[in-house]
Amino acid sequence: MQKVIKSFGTNKVLDSLDLDIQKGEIVSLIGPSGSGKSTLLRCINLLEPIDDGEIWFGGIDISVPGYDPNPVRRRIGMVFQSYNLFPHMSVMENICLAPVRVLGRKANDTKAQALALLEQFGLADKAKSYPDQLSGGQQQRVAIVRALTIEPEVLLLDEITSALDPELVGEVLDAVRNLRNTGMTVVLATHEMSFAREISDTVCMLDGGVIIEKGSPESMFTNAANPRTRQFLSRVSSR
Amino acid sequence: MTEQLSKRARYERARKRKSLVIATASTLAVAIALIIAIPKMPRWDRVKKSFFNGEVLGETFPKLLDAFVLDIKIFLWSVPIILFIAMLVAVTRNSRSPALFPLRILAVVYVDVMRGVPVLLWIYLIGFGVPGLGLERPWNSPLLWGSVALVLTYATYVSEVFRAGIESVHESQRAAARSLGLSNAQTMRHVVLPQAVRRVIPPLMNDMVSLQKDVALVSLIGPIEILRQAGIDKSKFASFTPYVGAAIIFLAITIPMTRTTDWLLERERRRTSGTRVS
Repeated sequence: MQKVIKSFGTNKVLDSLDLDIQKGEIVSLIGPSGSGKSTLLRCINLLEPIDDGEIWFGGIDISVPGYDPNPVRRRIGMVFQSYNLFPHMSVMENICLAPVRVLGRKANDTKAQALALLEQFGLADKAKSYPDQLSGGQQQRVAIVRALTIEPEVLLLDEITSALDPELVGEVLDAVRNLRNTGMTVVLATHEMSFAREISDTVCMLDGGVIIEKGSPESMFTNAANPRTRQFLSRVSSR
Repeated sequence: MTEQLSKRARYERARKRKSLVIATASTLAVAIALIIAIPKMPRWDRVKKSFFNGEVLGETFPKLLDAFVLDIKIFLWSVPIILFIAMLVAVTRNSRSPALFPLRILAVVYVDVMRGVPVLLWIYLIGFGVPGLGLERPWNSPLLWGSVALVLTYATYVSEVFRAGIESVHESQRAAARSLGLSNAQTMRHVVLPQAVRRVIPPLMNDMVSLQKDVALVSLIGPIEILRQAGIDKSKFASFTPYVGAAIIFLAITIPMTRTTDWLLERERRRTSGTRVS
């Protein structure tokens, strides 16, 4: 991503932001609320059109105005803070909707694949349940499975544990740890510092719509150069 | 287990029993008051003879039922067309493509104009106006054009109900659907509309019950349906009882209609939702 600018009205949320993400890399975005983490993820998935700059994905600038977003979104999965499962569909229907309707897969094949994934995420018995009948942690794991069944190359996780109580956070983070071994490229916005430290290859500190510091988890958490990063990290870790 | 009820269960059972006793007692009290009070009214005898005449009811009821078949017919062929047009208008008004701008304007004008005039007036205007153009049979039937007027007006009411439903579905649902690669149309079809329609079923039923009653207005331009039949019988027997008969027939349709929807909604709610807040 190069010089990405995104404003909402007069509020410049992303201010000429640059970021490089390698295939298979796990990148954590940390920073205070309103620093632009979620907006950045939504821009990558073209849910928000950017005002200026470029977003390159696999050798193509996908941010060109008028570029068809649907093929891009098929290659990028996204999980939201508030799960956003479809309440009128069972877990299985939630998961199978996109593979069947978008990728044109056969319903039976998709179901088998979905069941395998549900099993892997400890949700095998929930296939017939409806979202409102599940706990927050279970819903979020279903949302991860749903994003995975389109077999994306990149997975965007937007503060996926912020709405969960501490006990449920663990099960969702375990689900993400599962992904690490698959070689999936993951970009996550998070407030779970210890998790960011454990799972990421790269940690980016956002403030005021730019990445003010970027580095390996070790260097960021033990030896940050930028005083703003140090201040932020000391505040969140002293909680 | 049945012997050893918990403190809570005992309390709940006692409370339920108490509520039941109070409800029964108050209902009985009101019913008895009405049964005693109404016949004490000075002209009750005359009203009873004119409105609740068993003989006249027996004589006119079969004819009313026959005439009611026409109401049902008009209702049944109107509903699918109304739902179709309403959905089309609602989705058009909600579309975001600039290419559809003229259609959006057209939809807004259509809704504003049709909704802003009483149904009865449209029935007169379209029901007499269009056949007046000199169309050939069967295209000059007031029954046909009366129904068209009904369909066109009700479609605007229903389209507003659908539109409210569509707008009530949170933007995050669209975001989730789009993030999975669903197109705008697929998002509408599989994610937004199913939720929107479920949410608006009660107001939708409200409109359907209204329609079921307003079908009677078509009688004013000719067709002999139940209201008109009741009017004919009223004159013939010099009694208002046929109107009461007609009212009973309407209720026999509309009440089960609403109860059934309530039941369906409740079943759906129980199937998809978690625990209920008491």
